[in-house]
Amino acid sequence: MGSEYAIEADQLRRTYRGRSGWLRPRRTEVEAVRGISFTVPRGELFGLLGPNGAGKTTTIKMLNTLLIPTSGTARVGGHDVVGQTREVRRRIGYVFGGDRGLYERLSGLDNLRYFAELYGVPPRAQKRRIAELLELVSLTGRERERVEGYSRGMRQRLHIARGLLHSPEVLFLDEPSIGVDPVAARELRRTVADLAANGTTVLLTTHYMAEADELCDRIAVIADGRIQALGTPAELRRRADGRRVVEVEAYGVPETAVSALRDLPGVRETAIEERGALQLLTVQSDAHVDVQGEILRELAGVRLGRVNSREPTLEDAYVAIVNAA
Amino acid sequence: MLLLGTLLHAKQISRSPFELAIAMIVPIVQATLAVYLFRSGAEQHRLLEAAVGAGVMGVWSSVLFGSGGAIQNQRWQGTLEMIMLAPRRPVLVILPITVATGVTGAYSLLATLAWGRLLYGIRLDFVHPAAFVVAAVVCVLALGMFGLLLASTFVLLRNANALANTLEYPIWLVSGMLVPITVLPAWTAPIAAVLPTTWGARALREATTGGPVWPSVGICLAISLVCLILGGFALTYVERRARATATLALA
Ligand SMILES: Nc1ncnc2c1ncn2[C@@H]1O[C@H](COP(=O)(O)OP(=O)(O)O)[C@@H](O)[C@H]1O
Ligand SMILES: [Mg+2]
Repeated sequence: MGSEYAIEADQLRRTYRGRSGWLRPRRTEVEAVRGISFTVPRGELFGLLGPNGAGKTTTIKMLNTLLIPTSGTARVGGHDVVGQTREVRRRIGYVFGGDRGLYERLSGLDNLRYFAELYGVPPRAQKRRIAELLELVSLTGRERERVEGYSRGMRQRLHIARGLLHSPEVLFLDEPSIGVDPVAARELRRTVADLAANGTTVLLTTHYMAEADELCDRIAVIADGRIQALGTPAELRRRADGRRVVEVEAYGVPETAVSALRDLPGVRETAIEERGALQLLTVQSDAHVDVQGEILRELAGVRLGRVNSREPTLEDAYVAIVNAA
Repeated sequence: MLLLGTLLHAKQISRSPFELAIAMIVPIVQATLAVYLFRSGAEQHRLLEAAVGAGVMGVWSSVLFGSGGAIQNQRWQGTLEMIMLAPRRPVLVILPITVATGVTGAYSLLATLAWGRLLYGIRLDFVHPAAFVVAAVVCVLALGMFGLLLASTFVLLRNANALANTLEYPIWLVSGMLVPITVLPAWTAPIAAVLPTTWGARALREATTGGPVWPSVGICLAISLVCLILGGFALTYVERRARATATLALA
């Protein structure tokens, strides 16, 4: 069985080089991942959590052999991802969010048959395995329709079925719930949890805090191509210990007021989230400083809704970690 | 695996509305072309020969554009990453796609003959009907393998599309699909001799009008196998390069 770890990443870096401009080509360089190291024991459900552009997809693609790291090494199931690609590919499944990557004009069943063959599922086992997976992702009965007629959720479920065809030891899930409705997302989370419970190692990336919190044994928060924090959800939540959060519903908060709030003594983070006409202003401060009065003074003249003060959640810890990056 | 892959890719390609429209119209045009070009001769056999030649041109066009763009197409569909993740040699993954373009092209050969029969009453009396079928199958396979070489080299070129466009007619001509090679200038002969299309077209012609079919079939296969091997090496290189430069996915 080789290594006790399903995934080992050591100082992974990836720089994208490109050219932009046609007439006078300029070289561009993006340092997407800047030295990421972590290990995932067999059977763990490990989360990579971070905002868009943090380098999650790049990290996953280095681990699943689609990208060669600029430097650093990684192993999956004890096999090197650059030198032993076939060994690695035999053991992994890859599912990414979104609705591309399927043969649109073929039926769901044909897609699965093709990939079963390609991924080396023994011919005798194919029929049963495909039927099992169709059942698992609730596509039984729809498998003979062409994928072009599938809804987004159905395509996503077909992606998952495809990723599981060859019963991989390690499953890479890159933002699997993106664009999926809440009910489907909940089902998806249940499927993922079941897989992990049955011994599959799962590496999941997401930018939804709640998803990571609910599913993952451990989470690495990644921003700017680096791991900013790594631990169990409970450990990460403790990052926000000693803080207090004030939430204000408001309409039309000027940018100047937000930056003024950030400079108040005791204030650690501010964030503003648009919810239709409403804006939700979140201010994290040291617990021993009462900033609510100051906040309301800064917002004088702005129409306000509900105001409340609460204990920090994992999401607040996450915001704090990402903002500190 | 190769067989299922080929069938499914042929299905996927042939269901594209664009391909479908082309597949409806082109054979009629080709049959018409064949008939009018050779009306002067007006011998039945010349007509059939021309129709076969026109049909092979259709197979070639399908392979040239289909295979030349095969990798790019998979990239656009977002399926390139998923198929390259298979624990297999890249050549085994891509070959079914390029053979599938040959198979969909073979439909154009059949359709050209059918329209020739329907519209212009060309009698389909092949001298060696069985050999014709074998030669047609070999021709499709051979073009598929040739297509693999195209697929792997075209991805390395920036202006692959322009190249594909400029290759379409010369290869029709040089391989003698339209007019006998003997009427072409002498310098084309060596080029013709190394193209599998030449030998495939020749085998089909020999099966149609009489002649030793098998040597041509053999040479056609041999050349294609060389293409397959070269294409295989090229693809391994292409895959490695794509993983280094991040071009498997759409940027
Ligand atoms: N193929 C590429 N070429 C150039 N830059 C890229 C490419 N893919 C991603 N990037 C850049 O690398 C950074 C990290 O991207 P990515 O790994 O996709 O982040 P995430 O998945 O966390 O959203 C981003 O700044 C992105 O613009
Ligand atoms: Mg991503």
